Amino acid sequence: MKIGVLALQGDFAEHIVMLKRIGVEAAEVRLPAHLNDLDGLIMPGGESTTIGKLAVAYRLMDPLREFGRQKAIWGTCAGAIFLSKDVRRDQPLLGIMDITVQRNAFGRQVNSFEVDLDIPELKAATGSDAPYHTVFIRAPLIETVNGDAKIISQLPDGRIVAARQGKLLATSFHPELTRDERFHQYFVSLCR
Amino acid sequence: MEATTGSFAVKKGLAQMLKGGVIMDVVTPEHAKIAEEAGACAVMALERVPADIRANGGVARMSDPELILRIMDSVTIPVMAKCRIGHFVEAQILEAIGVDYIDESEVLTPADEEHHILKHNFNVPFVCGCRNIGEALRRIGEGAAMIRTKGEAGTGDVVEAVRHARTVIGAIRQLQTMGDEELMAFAKNNGAPYELVKETKELGRLPVVNFAAGGVATPADAALMMQLGVDGVFVGSGIFKSGDPAKRAAAIVKAVTHYQDASILAEVSKNLGEAMVGRNVSQMPEGEKIASRGW
Repeated sequence: MKIGVLALQGDFAEHIVMLKRIGVEAAEVRLPAHLNDLDGLIMPGGESTTIGKLAVAYRLMDPLREFGRQKAIWGTCAGAIFLSKDVRRDQPLLGIMDITVQRNAFGRQVNSFEVDLDIPELKAATGSDAPYHTVFIRAPLIETVNGDAKIISQLPDGRIVAARQGKLLATSFHPELTRDERFHQYFVSLCR
Repeated sequence: MEATTGSFAVKKGLAQMLKGGVIMDVVTPEHAKIAEEAGACAVMALERVPADIRANGGVARMSDPELILRIMDSVTIPVMAKCRIGHFVEAQILEAIGVDYIDESEVLTPADEEHHILKHNFNVPFVCGCRNIGEALRRIGEGAAMIRTKGEAGTGDVVEAVRHARTVIGAIRQLQTMGDEELMAFAKNNGAPYELVKETKELGRLPVVNFAAGGVATPADAALMMQLGVDGVFVGSGIFKSGDPAKRAAAIVKAVTHYQDASILAEVSKNLGEAMVGRNVSQMPEGEKIASRGW
């Protein structure tokens, strides 16, 4: 099992640390050739405009779309924005996941927060009942989940913060900023 | 299931999202848009870039909140702003208008020559400059959630940023070869909080994100700092004091992503026009250097 982490900008090193901790080989992806031989890809948190512009400049858009047709991709925060079809702004998006996203939906940095959530699908995949501690940093919300995409997690008030469409996974929050490896284990199960 | 805001994890978390990116000084909303379009991961909103602060002389203070707000309205990326060292009321004002990060900066004229701001008192995160590991860990002890080298701002001379990055990273390497019984003396000799010395040794890096700043003017400068081991780069005067800011800004963004790929670095370094004129730090009178501000 070898999982790539898109390393254009953002907290890709944090994802790599988590993958190594659960015994998965990890590789940084900056150019299309780096996608060869991967079983899955994580697109990290960071600035979605920066990541999008660099993906366009280094001709990663179509190779990433093609990768997502066959293999698992997980986007956290900026990565989730990049997977989505629409953010109501003009910025490069892969558009391969049938969700729409609102950027900076909770406000500015002073509104960034942490909260424990119950995520049933995570419990089913890892066999652990403990609540999952989520960290939201200038986070996006998933506004609508359409087609084959399904809701994975919601805040207590019902707002959507995680969704899955087959092997494509989007989270508004950052499991890579915690020490809880369950979300990475869950993603690895989607890569198999 | 209560949500918590303002925790150290979310403060530090935003800096983690900025990693591998370039934070650019901007003095107008138009500059901010150029920076965002070039791929900046954040902007620093201020009235004058450091090169002009040097040229103007006088007391340099926090920028007009109205200017900062107009820059915040013009882009979707995070916006930082500077307050004077120790000036906690300027920091309160910046927090009240909702900036995403405060730089308690030696580039402005210090308001307190003994004490920095107690940054744990704020919900907004702070970045602070350092020249060595003692300064870095003292600032983190006060609550800084991100560190940058001081370098020598507004000069376009990368030599001080290199010195400060090498000093910090060298000390971390030294720490990792030390026995645990040597850490208290290390803490004493460096004026650094003992618990943070221990944590730094265990992590093999600073406990928060560490950027380079102060003199970066070219894509090669930015990649140099990345190869030395920093997490990202601030560019102050280097972009908007150059001949073609949009092109240079985009080139520096690419250089930080592809910092290990010399053929890409060669490509992005072509035809950038004039770099900022620059001042040679080794020929500057001591009194003009600003990196020694901060305690």
